Amino acid sequence: MSEFIASKLQEWEFWFLLPLSSAWAQAVGWLLAALVHITLLINVVAGGALLFIWLERKVSGRIQDRLGPTRVGGRFGWLQTLADGIKLIQKEDLVPEGADRFLFRIAPYVSFCPAFAIYFALPFSAGPGHSWVGQQLNVAVFFILAVLGVEVFGVILAGYGSASKWSLFGAMREAAQVVSYEVPLGLCVIVPVMIAGTMDLVAIGNMQAGWFTNWLVFHDPFTFVTFWVYFTCAMASVNRAPFDLAEAESELVAGFHTEYSGLRWSFFFMAEYGSMFSVSVLAAILFFGGWNGPVPITEFLGLTYAVSATEWSLAGYLGGLIGMMNILLKGTLGVIVMIWVRWTLPRLRIDQVITTCLKYCTPIAAAMFLGAAVWTWYFPGGVLLKPSRPMGMTREGRPADSSTTDLAQPSPYYESTTDYLPPSLANRKEVR
Amino acid sequence: MDAINWHSVLFLLFALLTCVFALGVVFAGNIVRMAFYLVMSLSATAGLFFLAGADFVGAMQIMIYVGGTLVLLIFGVMLTAQGPWVSMKTRGGEWILAAIVGGSMLAVLLQTAFSVEAWRAPDKQAVAEIKQLEPTATPLGLGLLGVRVDNEKAPGYLLPFEIVSVHLLVVLVGAAYLARAKRRAKPADGE
Repeated sequence: MSEFIASKLQEWEFWFLLPLSSAWAQAVGWLLAALVHITLLINVVAGGALLFIWLERKVSGRIQDRLGPTRVGGRFGWLQTLADGIKLIQKEDLVPEGADRFLFRIAPYVSFCPAFAIYFALPFSAGPGHSWVGQQLNVAVFFILAVLGVEVFGVILAGYGSASKWSLFGAMREAAQVVSYEVPLGLCVIVPVMIAGTMDLVAIGNMQAGWFTNWLVFHDPFTFVTFWVYFTCAMASVNRAPFDLAEAESELVAGFHTEYSGLRWSFFFMAEYGSMFSVSVLAAILFFGGWNGPVPITEFLGLTYAVSATEWSLAGYLGGLIGMMNILLKGTLGVIVMIWVRWTLPRLRIDQVITTCLKYCTPIAAAMFLGAAVWTWYFPGGVLLKPSRPMGMTREGRPADSSTTDLAQPSPYYESTTDYLPPSLANRKEVR
Repeated sequence: MDAINWHSVLFLLFALLTCVFALGVVFAGNIVRMAFYLVMSLSATAGLFFLAGADFVGAMQIMIYVGGTLVLLIFGVMLTAQGPWVSMKTRGGEWILAAIVGGSMLAVLLQTAFSVEAWRAPDKQAVAEIKQLEPTATPLGLGLLGVRVDNEKAPGYLLPFEIVSVHLLVVLVGAAYLARAKRRAKPADGE
C-alpha cells in the first residue's frame, strides 16, 4: 500500500506544488499507509465501544424488564453513547490530593494501549490472495495472549496511583485474577492451534473454509468443550461480570477506577469494550470459522480471488467484505453473550473466582487438550460430523500441499510451513 | 528511497526509547514508577525484535518480561510495602559501585557490538531479505523436538527441552506445596 501511495504522489506531484523526490514520496506514502491502517483500527475500537455501550444499556434494560435508553437520537436511543461521551468530556479532570499524579494520569493510556495493540494482529478477513490484517504475524495467537496479559498493568498503576484503598484492593484482585486465568486461557487456545498446526490466525481461519462443519468447534467433542472453557476464561481475563471483582460496585465503590472521572475514566471503558470484542473475535477465528460463514456463499457466487491473483478485483473485494461482515457479526454475538451473562449472574467471591480457575477451568482445559491430541491422532479426517474436506485437504481429498488451483484450498501460505520441514520429516508426514 | 534508510530510522527510534526509559528506571525514586519505566523499556526492546522480523522472540519478550516479571515485581512490592509510597533511598557509595559494575558491562557490550564487522552499518540487502511471512516459530519448535531445520546433521534440543519441562513441573508442584493451606492434621489417638 505504501508503494501505491508513493507512486500516486509522484504522479500527482503537480497538485502539491512542491517537487517530491522519490525518497520523500516513499516516506510520505509510508506514513499515510500507516495512518490509514491505524485510523481504521482505532475506529473499530472506538466505534465498537460506542455500539457496545448502547447495547449494554439496551440489553440490561430488557433483562431487567425496562426499556433502556429511548429518547436520545430517536426511538431506540441510538445516540445515547454519544451523549454520554459529551457529558464525560465536560467533566472536570480530577486528581486526588494524595495521588501519584504522574502514574494516575498515565494509567488509563497504559490500560488502553494493549487493548488496542491486539487489533494489529487480529485478521478481519482473509482468503486465497488477500488478508485484511494490520500485520500478519506468524505467531499471532501467542502475541495476542501476551499483550492481553499486559493489560492488567494499567489497572495496577491506576489502583496504586490513586492512593485509595478501594482502588488498591480492586487492583490487587484484578492482578490475582488475570495472572491465574492466563493459564487455562493459554491451554484452551493451544487446542485449535494444535489442530491447525500453526499459530498464524490467517491460516487458522482459512483452514475452516467451507461449510460450518469445518469449524473447529465441531471438529471433535473436546474442542466443543474447550470453546466454553475458553469463553469463561476470556470473560474472566477481560474482567467482566460475574468476574468483575476489580470493580465490585457493591463492595469497593468502583474498584480500581474509583477516583477517576471524565475522559480518563472513559479510557478504561474503551479498553474494556475493546478487549471484550477482541477476545470474541479471537474465539470466532479459533473456533467458529472466522470470516467463513456457515454456508460458503462467497464460494457459490464466485466472490473469491484466484489463489495466485495479485491484482485487485471487485469480486474478491466483495468476498472479503462479506467475510468481514461475518467476523464482525460473530464478534458482536460474543459480546452480546457476555452482556447477557453479566446481567443475569451474580458476582462471584474472590475465592470462588480462583476456585473456578484452578479447580475447574485448568484441569478441564488440560484434559481437553490431551483428548483433542489423541482424537486428531486417531481420526485425522473427523468422525461423526465428517467435514466436507478434512483439515488441510482440498475438496477432492488430496493433501493441500499438492499444488492445485482449487479456490477453496487453504491459503498458499499455510502450506509453506510444510516446506520448512527437512525432507525426511516431510515424507513422514505424507505417509501419515 | 536511497537517501534515508527507514528501517534504521525506526531502529534508532526504538533504541532511543529503550535507552531513555532504562535511564528512567535508574533515576526514578519510586519503585512503581521504576516498574512503569521498566515496562516501557522492555516493550521497546520487543519492538526492536518485531522490527528485525523475529516476531516469536518479540512476543516472548512481552509475555515473559513485560507481563510475567513485572506483575511478579508489583505483587512483591505491594504485598511487602510498609508505607503508602515505596521509594528507594540510595547512598553515594551504592551509586559508585553500581556505576562501576554497569559501566564495565557497557564497555564490554560496546566492544563486542563494534567488533563484529557485520553489525556496524545497516545492511539494506539484509533488510530487504526479511520476509514477514516466513514461519518463525516452526524452526524453533522443530529444534526443540530434535530436528534442526538449518542443519539436519546437527543434534536438536530435545534433551534440554525435556529437562527444562521436568524442572518447571517440579517448580510448580513445589509452589503448590508451599502455598497449600497449612492445617495441622489431627493427632491420632493415643499420642
